[in-house]
Amino acid sequence: MTRAFLALLKRDIALAIRVGGGGGMAVLFFLIVVTVVPLGVGPNLNLLAAIATGILWVALLLSALLTLDRLFQADYEDGTLDLLTMGKLPLELVAAAKAIAHWLTTGLPLVVVSPLLGLLLNLDGHAFPPLILAMLVGTPALSFMGAIGAALTVSIRRGGLLVSLLVLPFYVPVLIFGVVAAGGAEAMPGAGHQGLMLLGAVTLASLVLGPVAAAAALRANLR
Amino acid sequence: MASFFEMGGYAGFIWPAYGIVAIVMAVLVVQSLRDLREQRRLLAALEGEGARKRAPARTGAGQ
Amino acid sequence: MTGMSDLTATQRFHALANPARFMALTERLVLPLGLVTAALIAAGVYLALFDSPADYQQGETVRIMYIHVPSAWLGMFGYMVMAGASLVALVFRHPLADVCAKSAAPVGAAFCFLALVTGSLWGRPMWGTWWVWDARLTSMLILLFLYLGYIALWATIEEPARAARAAAVLALVGSINVPIIHYSVVWWNTLHQPASVFRIDGPTIATSMLMPLLIMALGFTFFFVTLLLVRMRAEILRRRVRALRLARAEG
Repeated sequence: MTRAFLALLKRDIALAIRVGGGGGMAVLFFLIVVTVVPLGVGPNLNLLAAIATGILWVALLLSALLTLDRLFQADYEDGTLDLLTMGKLPLELVAAAKAIAHWLTTGLPLVVVSPLLGLLLNLDGHAFPPLILAMLVGTPALSFMGAIGAALTVSIRRGGLLVSLLVLPFYVPVLIFGVVAAGGAEAMPGAGHQGLMLLGAVTLASLVLGPVAAAAALRANLR
Repeated sequence: MASFFEMGGYAGFIWPAYGIVAIVMAVLVVQSLRDLREQRRLLAALEGEGARKRAPARTGAGQ
Repeated sequence: MTGMSDLTATQRFHALANPARFMALTERLVLPLGLVTAALIAAGVYLALFDSPADYQQGETVRIMYIHVPSAWLGMFGYMVMAGASLVALVFRHPLADVCAKSAAPVGAAFCFLALVTGSLWGRPMWGTWWVWDARLTSMLILLFLYLGYIALWATIEEPARAARAAAVLALVGSINVPIIHYSVVWWNTLHQPASVFRIDGPTIATSMLMPLLIMALGFTFFFVTLLLVRMRAEILRRRVRALRLARAEG
């Protein structure tokens, strides 16, 4: 079972890299959104530094959202998903493998480029480590909770917008805890640590809830 | 009476609040009842149609 | 092949038997429930507007509370009904459960919206702005988005059986997330407003205000239940129409 899980994981990562469109596009989108913000609020470096953490997190959420509809859609359309449901691997683990692959090919690259974008937004030097740590802890939740939305809308053609509508409210706790854990939002001293702990709790909960709910949603759509 | 409608100077907030609640609740009621009537009508039409179709078939089988 | 059509036939029978009893029962229930609702709301409005004192701090604006709080209550109650019905639909496959969940959503969303609008109209003279990022208002707004997502999912998936299962999963995931979202928003709010926050309803409430509030809340709840029954009846008929049409198209 472990071997089947790893094989699926490897296949999904390879597909995401070879086909493109997934992670690379999300990173590009991330870059563009962050570039557009100073054009909107003005080039005042102090203002940008004050809101940088919030902007980075919001842009990160949006970029992750964009790629969610690809999570199950291609496999649903060409029938691979039907085969996977008949295989030895429980559907919950199939969903988990796909969510992990999504995180590795989308969430992780987004975290990697975010320091660069932090520079563009005049983010304070010592604000970088907590920001990266918070993003590393929080982004898996985006993939795992996003998997639920992707699974729910898998049978809908062009369900991308609907996925965003369904999933974005679920991202609210990640955003709130993530920004505070990264030291943004003028939080009170000591709140950052608490935020990081809560963010970790949300991620852990999503690791369980995500695959279970996504599998149930896939079963609903595959009947 | 006039002072009642003035609501201590807050008429501009209190009456719109009551108004919008009344409107939304009325719309909900009207829309739900209309939908119920419409579905009832559709079902009656379909069932009437089915009975007409089935009736000749039965006499045909009896011959 | 024959086995499959047998199965769907029994399923269809099962699906029809229970709703048939429901239809017969609610036929007689709706009118009396509607009358009780009308009487309660009429009494509530009379008490709220004519027979209750103005608050010594908030003045006459406190009268908005009598519709704001029951609206907010129904906004949350609607989601509870939806999530509860979804659980029953997924676990017990009760044929009425997903009808109930689907019918509850627009009503709950409407009251969520009303709670936001009346809250804003109440907040304007009290806070001096139409909107504050208060924990409760923010949670209510996110709850409204959850409702809208649920309704949108029902609307996009064409086949009712498939839509019902997907929507039930969404409602349950939502019901797990609602407390987390609410907690995170409250936490976020306390971080930014460490000083005492002005509470819109106050910790204590005089009995002269409690009575109209309770009657109004009861009236609103009756309204919700009555309307839910009417909408469920329409939904059951809609599915019967759809099933008949499909059968016609096939045979």
